[in-house]
Amino acid sequence: MAMAGPNTPGPIVSLGAVAVSAMTLLGDFAIFSLQTLGWMIRRRPAPGTILPNFYLVGVRSVPVVAITGMFIGMVMAVQMFNVFNKMGMATRLGSMINITVVRELGPVLAATMLAGRIGSAMAAELATMRVTEQIDALSCLGAHPYHYLVVPRLLACGLLIPLLTVMADFMGIMGGAFICTRLYGVEAHFYWAHSESYVSMWDVAMGVIKAFFFGCSIALISCHRGLNGQPGAEGVGRSATEAFVASFVVILVLDFFLAIFLLTVHDRFILHGIGRSFF
Amino acid sequence: MTTASDQPLISFQHLTMEFHQHRVLQDISFDIARGQTITIIGESGCGKTVLLKLMIGLLYPSSGRVTFDGHNLSELPDRELTQQRLRFGFLFQNAALFDSMNVYDNVAFGLREQRRMSEGDIRDIVRKRLQEVGLPANAESKKPAELSGGMRKRVGLARALALNPEVMLYDEPTTGLDPIMTDVINELILQVRQRNPVTSIVVTHEMKTVFKVADRVVMLHPLSRLNPGDSQILYDGPPDSLKTAPDPRVQQFVEGQARERMLEMTANPA
Repeated sequence: MAMAGPNTPGPIVSLGAVAVSAMTLLGDFAIFSLQTLGWMIRRRPAPGTILPNFYLVGVRSVPVVAITGMFIGMVMAVQMFNVFNKMGMATRLGSMINITVVRELGPVLAATMLAGRIGSAMAAELATMRVTEQIDALSCLGAHPYHYLVVPRLLACGLLIPLLTVMADFMGIMGGAFICTRLYGVEAHFYWAHSESYVSMWDVAMGVIKAFFFGCSIALISCHRGLNGQPGAEGVGRSATEAFVASFVVILVLDFFLAIFLLTVHDRFILHGIGRSFF
Repeated sequence: MTTASDQPLISFQHLTMEFHQHRVLQDISFDIARGQTITIIGESGCGKTVLLKLMIGLLYPSSGRVTFDGHNLSELPDRELTQQRLRFGFLFQNAALFDSMNVYDNVAFGLREQRRMSEGDIRDIVRKRLQEVGLPANAESKKPAELSGGMRKRVGLARALALNPEVMLYDEPTTGLDPIMTDVINELILQVRQRNPVTSIVVTHEMKTVFKVADRVVMLHPLSRLNPGDSQILYDGPPDSLKTAPDPRVQQFVEGQARERMLEMTANPA
């Protein structure tokens, strides 16, 4: 029987080491996030750092988010038409597709796509800057890396990913409507009338609020992974992969908790309270 | 009575540095006086670059103190540390130019970050610094990827000098350059010292650089090959006495001879 040598750590020790390492990483990430927020409040972003990041995150992502959104709506229409048609409820497809797109699929799939497109690129760029000592050079020239590199990326993702989500929602709604009304011959008037009665402004707002948190998470996770990248080509690649995987997991976990939170807010405060007239 | 100018500008006191329980520097103590040009030499992996980064607060020691002009760098708050760092210029090993910016913007970076000067004043300083390191005006718009190794080093030097530093740190300034460009960089180091009353710390393997620019040489030895109880500093003195230093390891490094190292490495590849 194979036995562990005197220096081989047992399973409990290994598990403990993994737990300690995970807690250390979490603590480090929390400090990093708070310091970044501190820099965002304390000093306006460095000149020339905002526009390039907004262009990269916002403008360059438009085609990929538009295509993602459109196909989400189209696929849902294709998958649901037969079921709804058999029940004689084809005209109600719009409400089903649109509420799913604006509440869940639009924000989550747009954020996932952007985590892959922008998050990985950010992590790889910052990891390369770290490996080539450009981060050290920034510090030596009086710029704080969090202020100079992280704050503009956080602002770009936090502000533009919600806007991109609105576009993904719009494209999803139009894609679903195109398939239902043009391909399957659903009466357009009833399709849109049912959509309007079931999808409220609050449903759209829920998606946008989620997208804001997804955007901030993508920026913070990706920058944190990049700034803590290991040396070499392998280290840069690993940072990019870790940024995407961690962002993806966090998007799904956040989605769950935000859905519960926002539905509670809706039931307690909006359905019977102050926001009823608006939403 | 001692005045501020009599005090050492940089002081290492019983400095130890570890990375993930791997010790790189052990009980290092020495001072650097104002205006001195000191070269730090030693085999790869002996902690020369780490020492340089400790001087400017890019790394913090595991134990011991690094003081700059009386300030313990480990204890300074962020803002104060940034202010002290601006008194340094750092020429990185591979120049560490910002890839996304052209030469002009790289040199102007530190000046713009201070947000105290007009763009016109910044332009004058950038052009002056680029001229001092012998770069033509048409190089201003080039990206770092379009430059040769020597040009990158010179842009890095111009960028480091833009803020008029009191201390210049050079991390292997001539590594990877041809012999002529090596001498150009050596001359530039001397010119910087002649133009401004700077203290210079040069980390190098290049003995020609040592003999040309140094007032004082400190030689470090890798901890992994140090006998227990020995000091990690093998030599601390003027460059002229290097060749007559009693320690055979100093002689071996100065003459660049493998001797028993080849046997050691074959017998113990780790």
